[in-house]
Amino acid sequence: MARTMRGQVAIVGVGETPYYRHGQSPDAEFKLALAAVLAACDDAGMDPHEIDGFASFSNDRNDPPRLAAALGLPELRFSNMQWGGGGGGGSGAVGNAAAAVATGYADAVVVFRSLAQGQFGRFGRGPQIPRIQGRPAFTVPYGLMSPAQSFAMRVQRLFHERHVSPDTLKAVSLAAYYHAQQNPRAIMHGRPLSSEDYDNSRWIVEPFRLFDCCQENDGAAALLLVPAERAKDFKHAPAYILGVATGVPERAAAGVHNAPDYATSNFKSVAPHMYDMAQLGPHDVDVAQVYENFTGGVVMSIIENGLCTYEEANDFIQYDNLIAPSGKMPINTSGGNLAECYMHGLELQIESIRQIRGDSPNQVANANVHLIASGPMVEPVSGMLLGSEATR
Amino acid sequence: MSLPQHVTPSQVTDVAYLPPGLAQPSPAGDGLDAPYWGAALQNKLMVQQCNGCDRFLWGPEWVCHACHCFDLRWTEVEPRGRIYSWERVWHPVHPALTNGCPYVVVLVELPQAGDVRMVGNLLGEPIDRIEIGAEVEAVFEHHTDADPPFTLVQWRRAETD
Repeated sequence: MARTMRGQVAIVGVGETPYYRHGQSPDAEFKLALAAVLAACDDAGMDPHEIDGFASFSNDRNDPPRLAAALGLPELRFSNMQWGGGGGGGSGAVGNAAAAVATGYADAVVVFRSLAQGQFGRFGRGPQIPRIQGRPAFTVPYGLMSPAQSFAMRVQRLFHERHVSPDTLKAVSLAAYYHAQQNPRAIMHGRPLSSEDYDNSRWIVEPFRLFDCCQENDGAAALLLVPAERAKDFKHAPAYILGVATGVPERAAAGVHNAPDYATSNFKSVAPHMYDMAQLGPHDVDVAQVYENFTGGVVMSIIENGLCTYEEANDFIQYDNLIAPSGKMPINTSGGNLAECYMHGLELQIESIRQIRGDSPNQVANANVHLIASGPMVEPVSGMLLGSEATR
Repeated sequence: MSLPQHVTPSQVTDVAYLPPGLAQPSPAGDGLDAPYWGAALQNKLMVQQCNGCDRFLWGPEWVCHACHCFDLRWTEVEPRGRIYSWERVWHPVHPALTNGCPYVVVLVELPQAGDVRMVGNLLGEPIDRIEIGAEVEAVFEHHTDADPPFTLVQWRRAETD
């Protein structure tokens, strides 16, 4: 029998706190996590005491035993952390939770991420310490220390090797801001971005301008996973996990920027496993939620997940093609990390589920297959395909 | 200071490219990269090489990724390379850099050492045009007053013949 999770697990509840600018949450990070978990159960119509597992990623600080104690869970059967920083574990954590549910390791697992950067400090700052050792000692003293600085040279190399135009970065940014204007939850709702605004924005680190970079936000998000046979016991239409994969190509994490394939989002080895599990191909994808740490990573993710080739990229990755509902491949239809909220990408799964339920602020008609690409350029990355009832 | 034969005086500087205040590098406590930092103090560029298969290895690691040999040596390589990629930093992410932008970071590949890559700054005017593939040579930037002293391996455009 083929080993697969295709269609065996459903996401039946999603929860979000309000989203805030970084440092602006009135609530502590652990309280945000609790609120999102409870909101996901409420959304599903499930008693929170039925939760028996948690999964997260990026070294989330809110550990499952404490969550289980705070919520008075009768028992905790599964607590899981996907290794790796950034948003690369967003789909991987869902995959880990799904694997637990599919194999009977647990019955109702919540995937969550909570961030209160006012409480714990920001991602985009360099380390303010007197000395540094190990791998960072080969980069930090040269002023290479932030995520933007760590990824900019990959994108510069992409332009050189593959003749991809910087205009593709702009298209990704403008599409996200366009979608956010229809989304009242979006931090950038009411703050439209014009082509001129983009062109006139300051450089952060070439080739990234201000609007190529994600926000940093406070808030929490959660997803509730159950076995497919229970999928229809809850309030909303279920979203089925069709395929999920995580990993990196050969030596992607070689030290001091020595990955053999450098100008990559790291999806080249991952996407084929995801599609194989789903028994689908890139041509089946209706809407894509592509994690934006930086727009250049989105461009590479679009290509490496097969939505277009390098040769097609300059024609395909254009604003008109990326916006809902009319574009050939709408992406980041909530505004994504750039313009809705940087919830380490977990808001992208939630937006896919809205699309499946017909609740998106930028709804695409008859969209059944949804790609989520999590955390390009970090190690490891992960990706998943979610489907409506019609895809089973 | 007396210089090794292969280093001309212009390849050494006491003038730092970036303002002071960034974290200072020091050899890792596990001993893995100490020979690199010691060599840089002596104006030498060293990388790892496998005694099993002679492959050049970088960044520092305990085992050869190709043949899994733990017996690695440190090999001095000619301090030249070519620009593999680059970035120009405009937004300071550290207080020490508030008045230090823009500056240029380069990723330099070393053809004479199996195309391993190193990170450094490209010395010179930061707003000058930068070309991937351009030949560069190392400049050993000494921080002799630091505790402990350290040397950064920087890069400048090579003189063309």
